[in-house]
Amino acid sequence: MTEAPALLRHTPLHASHLALQARMVPYAGYEMPVQYTSIIDEHRTVRSAVGLFDLSHMGEIHLSGPEALAFVRYAVVSDPGLLEPGQAQYSMLCAPDGGIIDDVIVYRVEDGYLIVCNAANHDAVLAQLQSLGGRGDFDVQVSDRSDETALIAPQGPKAAELLARLTDLDLSTLGNYRSIQGRVAGTECLVARTGYTGEDGFELFCAARRAQRLWDALISTGEDLGLRPCGLGSRDTLRLEAGMPLYGNELDRSVNPYEANLGRVVKLEKGEFVGRGALAAVQQTGPQRKLVGLVMRDEAIARHGYPVLVDGTEAGSVTSGTLSPTLGERIAMAYLPAARAAVGAAVEVLVRERPHPAEQVKLPFYRRPKPDAA
Amino acid sequence: MSTTPPDDRRYSREHEWVRVEGAVAMIGITSFAADELGDIVYVELPEVGARLTQFSSFGVVESVKAVSDLFAPVSGEVAEVNGDLRTSPELLNTDPFGSGWIAKVTLGDPAEMDKLMDAAAYAELTAG
Repeated sequence: MTEAPALLRHTPLHASHLALQARMVPYAGYEMPVQYTSIIDEHRTVRSAVGLFDLSHMGEIHLSGPEALAFVRYAVVSDPGLLEPGQAQYSMLCAPDGGIIDDVIVYRVEDGYLIVCNAANHDAVLAQLQSLGGRGDFDVQVSDRSDETALIAPQGPKAAELLARLTDLDLSTLGNYRSIQGRVAGTECLVARTGYTGEDGFELFCAARRAQRLWDALISTGEDLGLRPCGLGSRDTLRLEAGMPLYGNELDRSVNPYEANLGRVVKLEKGEFVGRGALAAVQQTGPQRKLVGLVMRDEAIARHGYPVLVDGTEAGSVTSGTLSPTLGERIAMAYLPAARAAVGAAVEVLVRERPHPAEQVKLPFYRRPKPDAA
Repeated sequence: MSTTPPDDRRYSREHEWVRVEGAVAMIGITSFAADELGDIVYVELPEVGARLTQFSSFGVVESVKAVSDLFAPVSGEVAEVNGDLRTSPELLNTDPFGSGWIAKVTLGDPAEMDKLMDAAAYAELTAG
């Protein structure tokens, strides 16, 4: 246990989390629910029914103005120029050396672009955008809407059924990575079909002062669907099964997108952008290390920071690991030298000074079943 | 919700319990500790014959999220371990004071029991 930070921030739903007797932990400067009852139960709820996450700690930064598009194309590594209104894309901000400042989702909204960033990186992302915008090269306004915006995410195979009860919006035409503005339970929201769980699901952005009403409506309406509130603990195990990187584990300033298997996101051909030179060089030579999936072949669980041995010699380290609640297997991700990254190859993970056998496997560990063609 | 600590045993500040029956001490973790850890998915048990030292680490318990050391509430030699925990580590969550016991040790020094709390003192430690 570390000493409690002096001032942890609260989301607009803090009182609900306490009333639900969630276990609260410090996370990215906020006091957040890590679990309400059990990480495994919450995880399974998202895989089988619908779980409800409070993600109001995440950052929302809005870009507007005549040159908002040129600006966002310069700031991120993907090409938001490809986005039609109502579309979104996964992206990253990189530093000039190619290191990842944050991974984000860029939404093209009615009046510009919305960048949703990790809470822990909010200040770094905002500083980067303000610094790029402040040079005067672009006619753009950068406005931080993080405090006034709440984010509530119903995730799971029954999320669409839940939402359909509370909105007149046509969700059947709202594809993955699409968003639409409209009312849910009487609350004006940006309804996005995005998430971080590997399941179907939505992210509802609304005014912070309306968050409680929306949350309560979702909780009571979802009861017969098996809805449960879910904490950050299950969010972590869900994203890990889905092979999605977590900033601070798989991604940080020392990692470039090619190493993290995110080279497809980088659009070198779009023209100049921050990090382009360094990333073009990595793309030419190939990354020196690569993120791989591991499944343990005994009872040991690999954890963040544990060394990975190839041919008995330390060659890399684990970025995330857990017992997969869905698969019942001990899964992990790790960085290995690119030359040693090979699906099927045996490695060992050093767990409390002892080597334990593991096998490199294809990512993701879990892919949601395709909906029935019915 | 953690259950009330039974008063037939004594407790350490690291949230382990010990119940003495003759020369054998049965040890485990408290329901408070199990609740704090969350869903327990793995227990690294000591070897039979291993010598435990009071308040020193003798094994590991892992929840979905984290790894925690187990600290021996008393010194002694491990006579038996609860093999059920290998296949059902969740017993530590569901029945920590009963079928979720961890090991039986032959008690090295009965005077060590004086360094442990009774149920009332432990309940007070974990209250609030």
